[in-house]
Amino acid sequence: MLKFVKNHMESIAGIEIYPLISLLIFFSFFVVLFWWVFTSKKEYINKVSQIPLDN
Amino acid sequence: MEMQQFYYDNKIVKKFIYATLLWGIVGFSVGLLLAFMFLFPNLTDDISWLSFGRLRPLHTNAVIFAFVGNAIYAGIYYSLQRLLKARMASDLLSNFNFWGWQLIIVAAAITLPLGYTTSKEYAELEWPIDIAIALVWVAFGVNMIWTILKRRQRHLYVAVWFYLGTFVTVAVLHIFNSLALPVGALKSYSVYAGVQDALVQWWYGHNAVAFFLTTPFLGLMYYFVPKAANRPVYSYRLSIVHFWSLIFIYIWAGPHHLLYTSLPDWAQNLGVAFSVMLLAPSWGGMINGLLTLRGAWDKVRTDPVLKFFVVAITGYGMATFEGPLLSLKNVNAIAHFSDWIIAHVHVGALAWNGFFTFGMIYWMVPRMFKTKLYSKALANAHFWIGTLGIILYALPMYVAGFVQASMWKQFNPDGTLTYGNFLETVNEIVPMYWMRAIGGSMFIIGAFIMLYNMVRTVKSGSNVTDDLAEAPALERVSKYRTKGEGWHTWLERKPIKLTIYATIAILIGGIVQIVPTILVKSNIPTISSVKPYSPLELEGRDIYIREGCVGCHSQMIRPFRSEVERYGEYSKAGEFVYDHPFLWGSKRTGPDLHRIGAKYSDSWHLNHMYDPQSTSPGSIMPGYKWLIRSELDKSSTVSKMQTMVALGVPYTEDEIANAQQHMLEQGALIEKNLYADPDFVKNYEADKKHAQDNGLPFVEMKNREIVALIAYLQRLGTDIKVKDVQAALLTTKK
Repeated sequence: MLKFVKNHMESIAGIEIYPLISLLIFFSFFVVLFWWVFTSKKEYINKVSQIPLDN
Repeated sequence: MEMQQFYYDNKIVKKFIYATLLWGIVGFSVGLLLAFMFLFPNLTDDISWLSFGRLRPLHTNAVIFAFVGNAIYAGIYYSLQRLLKARMASDLLSNFNFWGWQLIIVAAAITLPLGYTTSKEYAELEWPIDIAIALVWVAFGVNMIWTILKRRQRHLYVAVWFYLGTFVTVAVLHIFNSLALPVGALKSYSVYAGVQDALVQWWYGHNAVAFFLTTPFLGLMYYFVPKAANRPVYSYRLSIVHFWSLIFIYIWAGPHHLLYTSLPDWAQNLGVAFSVMLLAPSWGGMINGLLTLRGAWDKVRTDPVLKFFVVAITGYGMATFEGPLLSLKNVNAIAHFSDWIIAHVHVGALAWNGFFTFGMIYWMVPRMFKTKLYSKALANAHFWIGTLGIILYALPMYVAGFVQASMWKQFNPDGTLTYGNFLETVNEIVPMYWMRAIGGSMFIIGAFIMLYNMVRTVKSGSNVTDDLAEAPALERVSKYRTKGEGWHTWLERKPIKLTIYATIAILIGGIVQIVPTILVKSNIPTISSVKPYSPLELEGRDIYIREGCVGCHSQMIRPFRSEVERYGEYSKAGEFVYDHPFLWGSKRTGPDLHRIGAKYSDSWHLNHMYDPQSTSPGSIMPGYKWLIRSELDKSSTVSKMQTMVALGVPYTEDEIANAQQHMLEQGALIEKNLYADPDFVKNYEADKKHAQDNGLPFVEMKNREIVALIAYLQRLGTDIKVKDVQAALLTTKK
C-alpha cells in the first residue's frame, strides 16, 4: 500500500520552502477573503440575510 | 414570471427527528452506565459485552454519529429545502440516507460490544461498516448538491455553505483515516503505523469534532436562530469571514492532541499555532449567533427554544475558548490524559450539540405537526434541569482533572513522587465521579421530559404532510460575473465552484501536515533493537484492542520528570514503527502501560485481570474474567502476519510458517511461570481434574487468551532499555 509511494518519495527536496509557502498561502487567503467581504454590496448582503425569513 | 408549485418533504425530517430522540436517549444512557462504572467497577461483572472498554466506544459513537448525526440530517433536510425553495432532489436518496444510517448505527451497536473495533477513536467501526458509511454519506451529499442545482433561490445562504463544507470534509477525513487492510470479515489493520497512524488519526479525530459536531451545527445556527428570533443574522459579512476562516484554519489543528508525544516537533508546533488562531473565527461565529438576538432578548425570557439556543451558543463559546487554551503546550501538559478533557468535550456535546438539537426539535415539531407545544412549562423544566446537569457534570470534572494531574506531578523534597501509587490519585477524585454521575442523570431526566413532551405534542397534532410552497423558477444567468456583481456574490450562485474552493481550503492544511510525516523517513528515527511482535504477542495485542484497554490506558510516556519517574524512559517515535494501529490512547483512567513489560510477574497479571481489586485494593478497573477462561483463536494468526507483511512489517517466511509452533512455545513458557503461584496451581489443577473426571473439554492455560495478553503486556516497551543503550555506548567508547 503506502510503502510503494513512500519509497519513491523518501525525501522531499527543498522542504525548507514549506513554511514560506504556507505563510504565503495563509496571508493571501485572508487578504482575498477580506477583500471579498468588504467590497460586497450592502443591498445584496441585506437581501441574502433575509433568505431564512421568507420561507 | 410563472410561479411553480412544489412540496417540501417533511416526512423525511420527521423520521430523522424520531431517530434523534431515540438514539439520544440510548447514547446518554450508555454514558450514564459508564459514569456509574467509575463508582461500581464491577457493575457488569463478567459480562464481556457490557464491559467498560467495549461500551466506551459505543457511547461516543452513539452520541456523535447516532444522536448528533440524525439531528444534523433532520436540521439540514428541513432548512436546506426552504433555503433553496426546492424539494429534496430525490426521495429515494433521502430514504436511502435515513435507513442506511440507521442500519449503520444498529451494526455499530452490535459489533462494538462484541469487541469488533479498530481502536481508533471515533473511527472504531470495522471496515465493512466504514464502507457503508462512505456510501450513505455520498448519497446524502449527492442528494444535497442535486437539490442545490435544482434550486429556485439564486443565492446560496451561508448555512448551505456550511453544509457543503461539512459534506466534503467529512468524506475526505473518513476515507483517509479508515484506510486499512482487512484480515477477515470484521478485522483489519490500519495502513499507517505508530507516529503516522497517530497523526492521521488525530487529524481525523480533531476534524470529526470540527466538521461533524461544529460546522453542520453552525449552518443550522445560521438558519434556526434567525428563524426563532424572527430577525436576520447580526452580520452576514461576518458569517462569510466565519465560514472561510473556520474551514481553512480548523483542518490544521489536529496535532494539538499529540503534544509532548513522539510526534515530530514541527508538526506539534504547527498544530498549536493554528489552534490559537482558531479562537478568532470561533468567537466571531459565536458573537454573530448571540448578537442575532439583539433587540429580542425579551423573547429569550419566555421562549424555551431561544433559551436552549443561548446556552448552546454559550457552550460553543466556552468550548472554543478552552480549545486554544488546551492546545498551549504548558496547559496541555497538565490537562492531557486527565478528566479535564472529559469536561471539555462534554461542554461541547451536552451544551452545544445537545441543547442546540433540543432547541431545534422544540421549534420544528410543533410546526410540522401543525399544533402547539404540549407544555411550555415542561420545556422550561427540561431547560433548567439540563443546564444544571451540564454544570454539575462539567465543574467536578474540571476539578478532578486538575487535582489528579497535580498529584501526578507532585514530588517530595527527596525527589521521589509524593503519590507514587497511581491509585491514590484515583481515589482522591471519586467524589467528583459521583457528582458527574448525578449531573449526567439530571441531563438524561431532562431528555426524558422532552421525550414525553414531544409524544404529547405529536399526539395532539395532525399528521405530518408535505408543505406546499411556490416560487418562480430560476432564470438562467450568464456563467460569468454580471455587471457590478461582486466576486463572492458570483461565487455564491456557483455551488460547484464554491464546493471546489471549500475543498481546496481544507486540503491545504491536510497536505502540509500529513504528506511530509508520511513521506519523509527521517521524521521517524529507526531503532535497530525494535523488532516486530511475536505471533502470540500480536494475538495479545488484538485482545488488548478488542477489550478497549486503550480507552483507559495510554502507551505514551511524555518526556516529563514526573512521568519518567513514574513509568520509565519516555516513549520514542521509533518504538512504534510496527504498531498497526497505534495505541497511544488519550485518557489515563488507569496508569500508562508503555513500560509495563517485565515490571510485574506473569502471575500478577493473571490475578489482576481476574480480580483487579485483589492485586490493587481500591482499583476502579473491572475484572476481565473471560480472558482467563476463553481459548485463544489462533486460526487467523498466519493471515494476520501476512497482512502485516503487506503493510511493511518484516516478518520472515520462516516466522510465519512456524507461527503456531512459536505460539505454543511462548504460551508454555508463560504457563510455566504461572505455576510459581501456589494459588494458581491449586485452582488450575482442580479445574483440570474436574474436567477430566466429568469428561469435559479442557483448554490448557498456554492456549488461553490471557496468556497471549500477558505475552503482549510483558513485551511492551522492552525493546529499548536505557541500561542497554548506556552499555552499548560504553562499549563503543572503549
